[in-house]
Amino acid sequence: MDLLTPELGLFFWTLIAFLVVFFILGKFAWKPILGILSEREKGITEAIASAEKMKGEMSQMKSENEKLMAQAHEERTAMLKEAKDIKDRIIGEAKEIAKTEANKIIIEAQAQINQQKNAAMTEVKNEIGTLALEVAEKILRKQLNSNEGQEAYMNMLANDIKLN
Amino acid sequence: MSCKSLFSLLIVAFGAFGFVNPSFAQTTEETTTTTAATTEEHAPEKKGINLTELVFGHVSDSHEWHFFELGEKPVAIPLPMILYSPTKGLDIFSSHHFEEWHRDAAMPGVQISNEHNGYHIEKMMKEKVIAEDGSKVYDLSITKNVLSMLISVALILWIMLSVAKKYKAGGATKAPSGFQNATETAILFIRDEVAIPNLGKKKYIKYMPMLLTVFFFIWINNLLGLLPGGANFTGNIAVTLCLSLISFFVMMIRANKHFWGHLLNPPGVPLGIKFLLVPIEIISMFIKPVALTIRLFANMLAGHIVILCVISMIFIFAGLSKFAGIGFVPVSIAFAIFMFMLELLVAAIQAFIFTNLTAVFIGSAIEEAHHAEGVDHEHNDAIEIIA
Repeated sequence: MDLLTPELGLFFWTLIAFLVVFFILGKFAWKPILGILSEREKGITEAIASAEKMKGEMSQMKSENEKLMAQAHEERTAMLKEAKDIKDRIIGEAKEIAKTEANKIIIEAQAQINQQKNAAMTEVKNEIGTLALEVAEKILRKQLNSNEGQEAYMNMLANDIKLN
Repeated sequence: MSCKSLFSLLIVAFGAFGFVNPSFAQTTEETTTTTAATTEEHAPEKKGINLTELVFGHVSDSHEWHFFELGEKPVAIPLPMILYSPTKGLDIFSSHHFEEWHRDAAMPGVQISNEHNGYHIEKMMKEKVIAEDGSKVYDLSITKNVLSMLISVALILWIMLSVAKKYKAGGATKAPSGFQNATETAILFIRDEVAIPNLGKKKYIKYMPMLLTVFFFIWINNLLGLLPGGANFTGNIAVTLCLSLISFFVMMIRANKHFWGHLLNPPGVPLGIKFLLVPIEIISMFIKPVALTIRLFANMLAGHIVILCVISMIFIFAGLSKFAGIGFVPVSIAFAIFMFMLELLVAAIQAFIFTNLTAVFIGSAIEEAHHAEGVDHEHNDAIEIIA
């Protein structure tokens, strides 16, 4: 059939046109387009990989943080406990010291009280003595003021001697 | 994979449809002429249409770009004739010099033009330039198909270069936009579905420019051919032959030792079978480009013929009666729209199939020895047979 015989002219022009298109596009279109496409894909793959890596790092950091937090918590408890112990100890010690100090003060006070009491007693005794002597003197003066008194006193003294 | 075989199945279906239809068209034509003969009194012969001339006038190449007829005068763009003959040398003139056509009783169905510069054109299904002195004529005219191709070449170059410019301007980090996006989809499709699966991840990049050029060249030409008044460029055997010879050429150049070894001395085959197998293999090697040629040619031609026939039905029925013609308009238009949609699909599918088979052939030629024997080969053949 007529339709199945290729025409030389069309074949020739097609060949030339195709080759021209091929070389022009190959140089100025396909090369940059494919280059940029692959570059972009590479960029995307890298971005995904780095995001994945970041994710891993983040989770690692998170677990590290948690570990740190737990550690800090533990430390805090320990510190609190220690502080409490110290407090108790200090309070205990202070109490002890206060007690002994108080005792010492009490003892001292007692001693002082006793001393002053004794002093006061001696003074009182002396005072009483002098008072009694004064009273006795006064009484004697009164009794010995009169003759009868003197006589009676002499008699009494004489009686005393007699008795001895 | 299933997607590909579905595509291929569609092609088989349409191909068969397309092949059936020309014969259908011819039978319709016969009936029309007979009815025209019987109803000669009220339907003068001039009004009846010659379907063969009409259809093949539309689908075959021409030395002028004919659009329509205004009254009796054709509205057409004359194209340059570039002729070479050994006796007369190179001759360039406009095709509008061939304007008077007559028929010769000795050659039925042939229209003969007036003589100009020692040449005349004989138009049957195709136009043939004949030298008056009987010498051989090499016709390198810018025909309708060539001009259509030049337009599509300009279109492809403009689209791709502007897209490439956009890529260069945007760099790798900018997202594609507008037409760049559409082109990128096609480019990535060719790369990921055609080149990489068939050629392998290591070697595919070398063949990408060729595959992309083939794909867009065929696709855009297919689409341009679908425009009303467009040329049936990819439905011309010279074109498809040229394209398939290019892919055959690339395959032959790139074929490695492993390919030739398998072809000429198939391993693990008894000697007696080898005498049978090697010729078959060699024949199959040459059948590949032939299959490529015929596939694209037949599919595009068939699509054009079917659309033309469906439209022509209006006039065939109008030849019977005016009312039948008017009544058939909606049916015909609906069919034509359906076929047109189908052809839009086929335009892309055929471009894809051609590119894919080119990749398959090149892939089989550059295949390395470490592949599992047999499996890949069968797989390639399967694609080829289905497609």
